[in-house]
Amino acid sequence: MSDLSQKQLKKRLAHIRNFSIIAHIDHGKSTIADRILELTNTISQREMQNQVLDDMDIERERGITIKLNAIELNYKAKNGESYVFHLIDTPGHVDFSYEVSRSLAACEGALLIVDASQGVQAQTVSNVYLAIENDLDILPVINKIDLPSADVDGTKKEIEDIIGIDASDAVLVSAKTGQGIPELLERIITDIQPPKNLIDQPVRALIFDSYYDSYKGVVLLIRIKSGILKIGDSITLMNSHKKYEILELGVNRPAIQNRDELMTGDVGFVIAGIRDISEIRVGDTITLTSNPAANPLKGYRESNPMVYAGIYPIDNAKFSNLRESLEKLKLNDAALTFEPETSQALGFGFRCGFLGLLHMNVVQERLEREFGLEIIMTAPSVHYHVFLQDGTELQVDNPSQIEDVSKVNRFEEPFVDASIMVPSEYIGPVMEISQNKRGEYQTMNYLDSNRVELKYKMPLSEIIYNYFDELKSRTKGYASLDYEVTGYQESDLVKMDILLNGEPVDALSSIVHRDVANTRGKQIVERLKTVIPRQQFEIAIQAAIGNKILARSTVKSYRKNVIAKCYGGDITRKRKLLEKQKAGKKRMKAIGSVEVPQEAFMTIFGMDQEDNQ
Amino acid sequence: MIGVYIHIPFCDHICYYCDFPKVLKIGQPVDLYLKCLLKEIKKGLKIRCQKDIKSIYIGGGTPSALSEGQLIYLLDGLNQIFDISQIQDFTIETNPNDLQNYDKLQIMYRYGIRRLSIGAQSFSNNTLKRIGRNHDCNSIIQAVHNAQKIGFKNISLDLMFRLPGQSFEEFKENISQALKLNVTHLSIYSLILEQHTVFHNLLLEHRLVLPTPENDRQMYSYAMKVLKQNGWHQYEISNFCFANHESLHNKIYWHNDDYYGFGAGAHAHFGNVRIQNKQVINDYIHDLENDEMPILKNHFLTLQEQIEEEMFLRLRLNQGVDLKKSSQKLRIDLLQLYQKQIKKLIAEGLIEYKNERIFLTENGRYIANDVFSEFLLG
Repeated sequence: MSDLSQKQLKKRLAHIRNFSIIAHIDHGKSTIADRILELTNTISQREMQNQVLDDMDIERERGITIKLNAIELNYKAKNGESYVFHLIDTPGHVDFSYEVSRSLAACEGALLIVDASQGVQAQTVSNVYLAIENDLDILPVINKIDLPSADVDGTKKEIEDIIGIDASDAVLVSAKTGQGIPELLERIITDIQPPKNLIDQPVRALIFDSYYDSYKGVVLLIRIKSGILKIGDSITLMNSHKKYEILELGVNRPAIQNRDELMTGDVGFVIAGIRDISEIRVGDTITLTSNPAANPLKGYRESNPMVYAGIYPIDNAKFSNLRESLEKLKLNDAALTFEPETSQALGFGFRCGFLGLLHMNVVQERLEREFGLEIIMTAPSVHYHVFLQDGTELQVDNPSQIEDVSKVNRFEEPFVDASIMVPSEYIGPVMEISQNKRGEYQTMNYLDSNRVELKYKMPLSEIIYNYFDELKSRTKGYASLDYEVTGYQESDLVKMDILLNGEPVDALSSIVHRDVANTRGKQIVERLKTVIPRQQFEIAIQAAIGNKILARSTVKSYRKNVIAKCYGGDITRKRKLLEKQKAGKKRMKAIGSVEVPQEAFMTIFGMDQEDNQ
Repeated sequence: MIGVYIHIPFCDHICYYCDFPKVLKIGQPVDLYLKCLLKEIKKGLKIRCQKDIKSIYIGGGTPSALSEGQLIYLLDGLNQIFDISQIQDFTIETNPNDLQNYDKLQIMYRYGIRRLSIGAQSFSNNTLKRIGRNHDCNSIIQAVHNAQKIGFKNISLDLMFRLPGQSFEEFKENISQALKLNVTHLSIYSLILEQHTVFHNLLLEHRLVLPTPENDRQMYSYAMKVLKQNGWHQYEISNFCFANHESLHNKIYWHNDDYYGFGAGAHAHFGNVRIQNKQVINDYIHDLENDEMPILKNHFLTLQEQIEEEMFLRLRLNQGVDLKKSSQKLRIDLLQLYQKQIKKLIAEGLIEYKNERIFLTENGRYIANDVFSEFLLG
């Protein structure tokens, strides 16, 4: 292709369109993506397993998209010209806004999908603002127009009122029936700008995702912003200063298609024999070692974990397996952080940082399912600032890091500005939940006659303690939540310990507000009583602040446990029973002499939700 | 020593707790089944020619639910196949209702059966009703008297505890009733809730109220104590006998010895193979009519499985595992293999080690499953 004349290069560039799709969960992003793939013959009907872009089991099960994915497709437009589209998928949950920003930065445009019957949701708004910040052309698309409850004019008005972009010309589609999709493809050409022609400039390529392939090593997904990248090029990563040689290049269509070069405007993959995953920082810029660009690309930042939890192997001997698995996950998941930590109760493990609870659950499930690990996960915590009497300041993301409570002078915890969009009939429940979660009311805006945006300032720790779940259940799923950490504030917090048979279990400690400590202590103790199975001796469970016991409960000693009958010589059946019992025990962690199941560590948070049920 | 188990999968009535292979007898091809059963036994004995057969156990289902004619057909057939004079333990399972007159008892005795296992379960009429039994307290007493009159000296009663609505006082009364009847053997089982039973469904609907785990333990503990006081001998977790009337046949299972299993759904064990027969009666009949053995699966035991089974089966017996003998049998040093587990269980007071034997302590017996699962190597 480098043999092409300047004119041809320019023409090719003018026929590239790079875009992503912004949508609230369930507003039809994946279905629209599927229809586009079908209509461009990228994938045949027969190959079409619904929602091709979500390629991980967990994503499909949960109906969310976690990984970014970029596909190249060809479209023959009505004007007779052939175009190359790169569709870059974005995640759609509140935990993954950093990943959204990365994928957006790789595009020139975005399709804004809005459900014609549900209207604009909080999350959509914030992602559109991210896209506008990245100078993307926004093409509004109103989906599900086939539904009887569709309100196209109302939806257009909402897009204009809330987001502030012109929606008079929005594309009307039904991804389900395919109506409007041909027009959508034409509008992508007319409404989204082609990449800027920077072919003559030094190479700058954004790494917006990466994954690990066991044969080829690290695969980088990139967008070339300027210049041309060829096989054999010596490259430098501009932030880490690491150097490599390009072994393979190509695009996903969605099957891998190798190329000799990728040029400005292209979205594809690079394989450079990278084995050590720690060398890669997603967000880095690739340039040529021989002719480097002056500056790396802007706009990329480290993602900041908001929620921390300990992950421990149930079998201590599996520590190194856990580390390898986390390293592999980290390659596909730039937002995950982890550092070794030790717990008296749980042994050696890792303190892991997550974007939010959903992210945390996804990591837990992947460790268990994909890597077959048996793990204990401690209750999540936020990052606290703890000021001691002697003036020193501790950074605490694990309550057990506070060794001596009596030396603590004061706590600061992260606060967020939370924005909740909800139909007006649910204002009452939202206010009630938010106030229970120490939310401080800020403002309320009527977005239209029946939709309200409520703003609260509240501690991040309360948000991660099931705030979103409660919000959803009390508003029949109508509420949407978006939040942004604004900074740290002092709070009247205490460290609460849980003792089993008089011994504090570090992994069960938590930091709670003083006003709710008593209630929480009682709830935790009662819940632990139900999840810790009877054992050969009585187990005393206590909640305490320092030396003060707040609550106490007891698990009585063992029941009888013996198979009586002989089943007429059916020994296999007896064996199965014993094996099942043994497997159950394996899933528990011995703390001192007490066997504690995984659920116990989660009782520290989330009790509010159970109590509501 | 080899045992023979023969399964009769027919019942007049289905109990709420039972999940053994069984069907209601009404409308079933019972005669044809018996014909196939005898055919299977003859074929089976030819395939694996074992000389040292010492016990025959006819279980079910409810073998006593067979009509007199069917009983005669079966027992006459068995007498032609086996040398009954060499059999030390010839047992049949019975329902008290089938022993209310002498007719079936006489047939059983005439064909060489010398041991009866009677499914008494409880002496409380209310409890019997609640667990779906169709006999009552008086019919148990009558059955035992009739059997003794015919000449049966060796009678075992099955009793159950942890039954819905059963109080500790009621269970105590059951034991003393049983002791009054001059039987020689008691099998005392705690209720197990099995899937596909009426009780399991009730449990899922939260309609089953069972004694607490404390009550369960109290009943079991009481049975062990009071039988000992009365000169009885406990030789296995659920089995007690007077004088030396241990069940020879059941001991074959717990010694991990070999046994034939004939009939639909029956199990057999020979060295390193466990065999399970087809359970569906028509499949069973179909195979035999086509001259094939009605085998559902052959499971070849790995050495590890053989070791584990030797341990958890023999540990059920009060005499426990003779580590030296079992080590010789399996050609592996069991004491060394299980060093860690044995140490731990002794420290926890769940087993004892004496004269190269390990055996359950009383505490170990309450939670024997935990002890057994320690001996699984996987």
